[in-house]
Amino acid sequence: MHEFCMPSLGADMEDGTLVEWNMKPGQAVKRGDIVAVVETQKGAVDVEIWEDGIVDRLLIEPGTKVPVGEPIAMLRGEGEPEAVAPKKATPTAAPAVPPPAAIPIREAARVKASPAARRRAAELGVDLSRITASSAAGVVSLADVERLAQARPAVTVEQAPGKAAPPDRAAAMRAAIGAAMAKSKREIPHYYLGATLDVTDALAWLEQENAGRPVAERVLFAALLLRAAALALAEVPELNGHWPGAGLQVAPSVHLGVGIALRGGGLVAPAIHDAEKKNVVQIMRALADLITRARSGGLRSSELTDATITVTNLGEQGVEEVYGVIYPPQVALVGFGKVLARPWVRDGEIMVRQTLRVTLSADHRASVGHRGALYLAALERLLLEPEKLS
Amino acid sequence: MTRQDIRAALIDALSSIAPEGDYAVLRGDRPLRDQLDIDSFDFLNVVIRLHDKLAVDVSEADYQKLATLDSAIDYLATRLGVSA
Repeated sequence: MHEFCMPSLGADMEDGTLVEWNMKPGQAVKRGDIVAVVETQKGAVDVEIWEDGIVDRLLIEPGTKVPVGEPIAMLRGEGEPEAVAPKKATPTAAPAVPPPAAIPIREAARVKASPAARRRAAELGVDLSRITASSAAGVVSLADVERLAQARPAVTVEQAPGKAAPPDRAAAMRAAIGAAMAKSKREIPHYYLGATLDVTDALAWLEQENAGRPVAERVLFAALLLRAAALALAEVPELNGHWPGAGLQVAPSVHLGVGIALRGGGLVAPAIHDAEKKNVVQIMRALADLITRARSGGLRSSELTDATITVTNLGEQGVEEVYGVIYPPQVALVGFGKVLARPWVRDGEIMVRQTLRVTLSADHRASVGHRGALYLAALERLLLEPEKLS
Repeated sequence: MTRQDIRAALIDALSSIAPEGDYAVLRGDRPLRDQLDIDSFDFLNVVIRLHDKLAVDVSEADYQKLATLDSAIDYLATRLGVSA
């Protein structure tokens, strides 16, 4: 018998609220199956299971908020007998676990909603599944929730005992990010490097590629930068991995965390899995998929926990450079700034080139500045020969 | 197809991408990016939706012409042959 616990979906998560179960007692589950939806400070996350097994019991009901690491379901192996009762009688006579069969398993896909809409609906005590999305994509927006709230002014907030209080998620998210970043700055001896890259050729190459593509298949420059960031790691693998407490664990593949701003505030950095094996079109597709799900709910737990390095791109906000804070237990973070026309000297001539500031924040326990410099040099080389990034 | 139809299609595309925006107070002469907090990914999605709705293929070179609501309506009206 194994306990399936509330997973930690990142260094900054303390607890999660179960939104729904996608498994029921007696059901066989396989590693990677999405078995539950958990509401976190970063939105609703599809939780995957880590091992094969048969669901024995569900220990909590939807709506329950539990800390990370607390058992929420019991799984048994193939052929293992069903558990009849808890092995030890609890002396405090805790409230009985509700009969698992009573928990409805929803067949339909979960309601897609923006984090702001989810928060407001929780404040109002409104069931999101009863709100019709006005957008074509079927994602419930804050405006949809407000419309319903106005149509039904006398919404009574009925809270079942034991349910989580309406969360102020923006504040909770800031607190969670703050805790993770404080841990990072407390424990990780950062060093910082920066370089200015000539991206004129890379931009021209991409523009030419995009001119031949249908609108829906155009690749953003950000995707090209991600591709370069992943490939350059082959030369300096010690930037790609984790420092879980003692010692560096270099990761065998690149799960590229991408900082994504959420509407209405907040930040999430889910991973593009095996980024080094994807071409630029595949990176673009993966990026589009991640951004869409980050903003509508539906990131998967593995995407929030697997990142081996993170890239942040603040160029769109006009920032020239960003020296980021490493997301523990990762050991490096790459920052891209704004593309800017600058006077540039090449072969003794001054010319105007499109340039970009790239920075590396890295963990000095895992790498040294010289190796970090090699990484930025590799990035520069790749962007000077963009056809190799296709 | 009138300019009003183009405007409606634009607002529809924008609001499906940035549903939290306040479209009642949207200024026609100011950059959409700043007013609606849309990034290049959102912008690409708006272009994709305009392509689906109006069958106009906006090239990357023309993206700047969609910077404000007014300029976008002008640009799309020209592309669609709609008179002012």
